[in-house]
This record gives sequence, C-alpha cells and structure tokens, in this order.
Amino acid sequence: MNKENNVYIIVFSVIMVVVVGVSLAFVAQFTKPFQDANIRLEKMQNILSSVGIIVDRTTAEETYNKYITKSEVYKVDGSLQEGVDAFGIDLANELKKPEDQQLFPIYECKKEDGNYFILPMRGKGLWGPIWGYVSLKDDGITVAGAVFDHSGETPGLGAEISKAPFQEQFINKKIVDESGQFVSITVEKPGKLPEGYEYGVDGISGGTLTSVGVHNMLHRYLQAFRNYVEKNNILSPVTPTANITNDTLQLDSTTVITEQ
Amino acid sequence: MSTENKEKESLFSAKRRKLITDPLNDNNPVTVQVLGICSALAITVQLKPAFFMFLGVLTVIAMGNVIISLIRDLIPSRVRIIAQLVIVAGLVIIVDQVLKAFVYDVSKQLSVFVGLIITNCIVMGRLEAFAMANKPWPSFLDGVGNSLGYGIILMIVSIIREIFGAGTLTIPTGINTVYVLHVFPQSFYDLGYVNNGLMILPPMALIVVGMIVWAHMET
Repeated sequence: MNKENNVYIIVFSVIMVVVVGVSLAFVAQFTKPFQDANIRLEKMQNILSSVGIIVDRTTAEETYNKYITKSEVYKVDGSLQEGVDAFGIDLANELKKPEDQQLFPIYECKKEDGNYFILPMRGKGLWGPIWGYVSLKDDGITVAGAVFDHSGETPGLGAEISKAPFQEQFINKKIVDESGQFVSITVEKPGKLPEGYEYGVDGISGGTLTSVGVHNMLHRYLQAFRNYVEKNNILSPVTPTANITNDTLQLDSTTVITEQ
Repeated sequence: MSTENKEKESLFSAKRRKLITDPLNDNNPVTVQVLGICSALAITVQLKPAFFMFLGVLTVIAMGNVIISLIRDLIPSRVRIIAQLVIVAGLVIIVDQVLKAFVYDVSKQLSVFVGLIITNCIVMGRLEAFAMANKPWPSFLDGVGNSLGYGIILMIVSIIREIFGAGTLTIPTGINTVYVLHVFPQSFYDLGYVNNGLMILPPMALIVVGMIVWAHMET
C-alpha cells in the first residue's frame, strides 16, 4: 500500500487523532475524582492558614472539621441566603453574575485563643485573577490574618502578595474606624501611609496594579461582610455600627493608589 | 518480543547497554547536545521538583519512543512530525493529569513546565532520530538512557542551587513526603554565613549549567 497518497494520510491522521482523543478522555475521567479531592483539601488548607493553622494535606479535612464550626452564605447587602453550601461556592463563577445575585461565603472558626470569621475573596490582578482569605477576630473589626494568591502576577513584583512580608502587615489592622465608619483596608504606595496607620498597609513597589487589585478586592468583600454583620446582628451590641454613605465610598475610592 | 528472538540478541547486549550508558556521559543530551536547557533552568530551584520533572520526561520519552517505534511503518513520512507531536502531546497531558491527581504539590510546583515537556527538544529529537528507525525495545532503552542523562544534569544543577541558594536539600522520600535536610548548621549562620539569593534566580541556573558543560568538555 502506498503510504504517501493523500487518502492514506487522511485516514491515518483521523484514526490517530481519534485514538489519542479517546485515551485522553478516559484518563481525564479516571483521574477527576482524585483531582477534585486535592482541590477540596487545598481549599481547606487555605481557609485554615488564614487563621494561622498550617496543616498537611493529609490531615486537612480532620483539622478543618475540628476548627471550622459554621459556615454561612450572604448577599452583597448582607442578607442571608439559605440552603446553599458555603464550601461549594466558586467565587470565580459568582463574579460573573450581576452584583445583587452574587453570593459571599463566610466561615466561622473556633480556636483555643478565640473565635474568628474567615472571608474568602477574589478579584482582579494585573494579569489574571487574585484571591485570598482574610480572617477577622470576633469583634468583626480587627484583622487576624490574611493569605493571598494569584495565578500569574509578575514574579518579584505583583507576585509578592503571596509572600509573608506583605501578608503579615495585615495582622491587627482594623476595617472600622473609631467613630464606627467602615473604612476597609487601604493598600497604599509604600511610604505614603503615616507610621502606625491602623487602616492600611504598604503595597508592593513596582506592583502597583496588583496592589490596586488587592485594595479593591478587600474593599468589596469587607464591605459585604460589614453589611452581613449589621443586618444579622452577629456581634454584641457594644460594637459601633458603621454608617456607610455614598460620600464615604466616593472618598475612599479617591484614595486608591494612583498610577505610576 | 518475537522479533527479538529472531535476531538472537540478548535483551541487554553490549550494543543495547550502550543505548543507556552513552547518553549519561559521552552523548549527554544536555551537556553535549545542549537540548532541554529551558527546563533545566526553570525547575532546578529545589531537588524535589527536579526529580519529578525527570520522572515526567522519563515517562514521556520512553513511552513516546515505544509507541512511535511500534507504528513507525504506518506513519506516512510527510506527516511524521505531526504524528510525533500528537503522540507526545497526548502523553504529556496524561502525565499532567496523573500528577494532578496523585502528586498535587509537585504538579503545582511544576505548573506550566509539565506542559512544556512537549517542547523539550530531547523528546522530539529522540523520536525523530531513533524511534522512527528502530525496533521498540532498543527505542525504549534509548528513551530511558536519554532521560537519565537529562535527569542526572537536572539533579546536579538542583542540588547545587538548593544547597547554596536555600541551605537545604529536599529529598523526596515518597509521593507526598519529603525530608528536608539542613545542610549548614545554625552555627554557620551565626558566624555570618548568608544563603545566596542569586542561586534561586534563573540566571544562576544558566551559569551552573554552563559550568557543568565546561567541566564536561574539559574531561
């Protein structure tokens, strides 16, 4: 048989592609449950790491069940959404919905040294999505810890948000000021914030757009969290109630880091 | 293996042993043929990912060589490169999926570089230069030999970079477990020794590979 005629080449190519395609589909089906389990455990690891619990993937599930006592889902205005599993929510999908339909999961963690809220969040970096988990003490104001990650920010610049020096700055920052106004946490150019400023952290030099991404992401999710706290009276009544008006929002957005 | 019997050549005859040993030294794919440099730079920051990258390349080259060798008489020469590419790409995706399912940490570390095995010149080079013209068993040995030659260089580079860059050595002791050896005692650091951050960065990998090539050429 002549191997070089066109009919043979086409038949050969078609058979080859079908065989390879079928075997790939088979492998994908076979490995999917294992891959999903890994992604699930990694999510548990990330949630736990925002309150300072570092676990191995093998013990993640056990530790997660021990510490994470409750999870809820709310909308941007703070109203509760019943009947949705918080852990199953994919923030990437939520971001595609209109704002008033988006769901925000929250986890409550009971540790030896106190109770914490854990907020998953997701936003836009320079090159792609960024995401993270911020934990707040049970006063609903003070940040206990923060972890961020990204899919493709520039190494050495924007990618620094996933490193400890950036994340450690968030510890003990506050999202509500003394008068009870929601202020979020500002991510500002290094050196711009006054020494010991309680409501902001230094951004990454040279990673301005990623820092802006973190700033905007924090603002959005912390705002929704405050709405949730107030609407559902989660906290004890001594907590000052935040009064969010359009004015403060506008004011806040002008403090966003300016382009270099 | 009926073809093997006809030839009356033992599975590991001197000629075949040479298929494995040659690429380790005299015809090393990295230091002599200077192929696969890109991945040698990218994943040699730590010993562990380098080791798993080597396993990935081993699987892909060995299996790719065998498959291409089995169907070498069926492949029309006009589309042979495309046929090789399809097979390699398919194998690489399989390796990627398996890593994601069973060694998730490694798959996260290797990230895009698993996909880039497709572009590793050693793979296509062996398919085109050897598997297209040889029987499956020698092709398999050739694949193993060449990936070992590649793996050795990867190991050497990553050991040097990790020891001097991070002061540790992450020795894989199982799929998900790793033993981290601290090479320098704390007293070293107390005396003022500092890990060399440059070692972690890609340029230093190029320099280390270059020095290995040099040392190899000199001997």
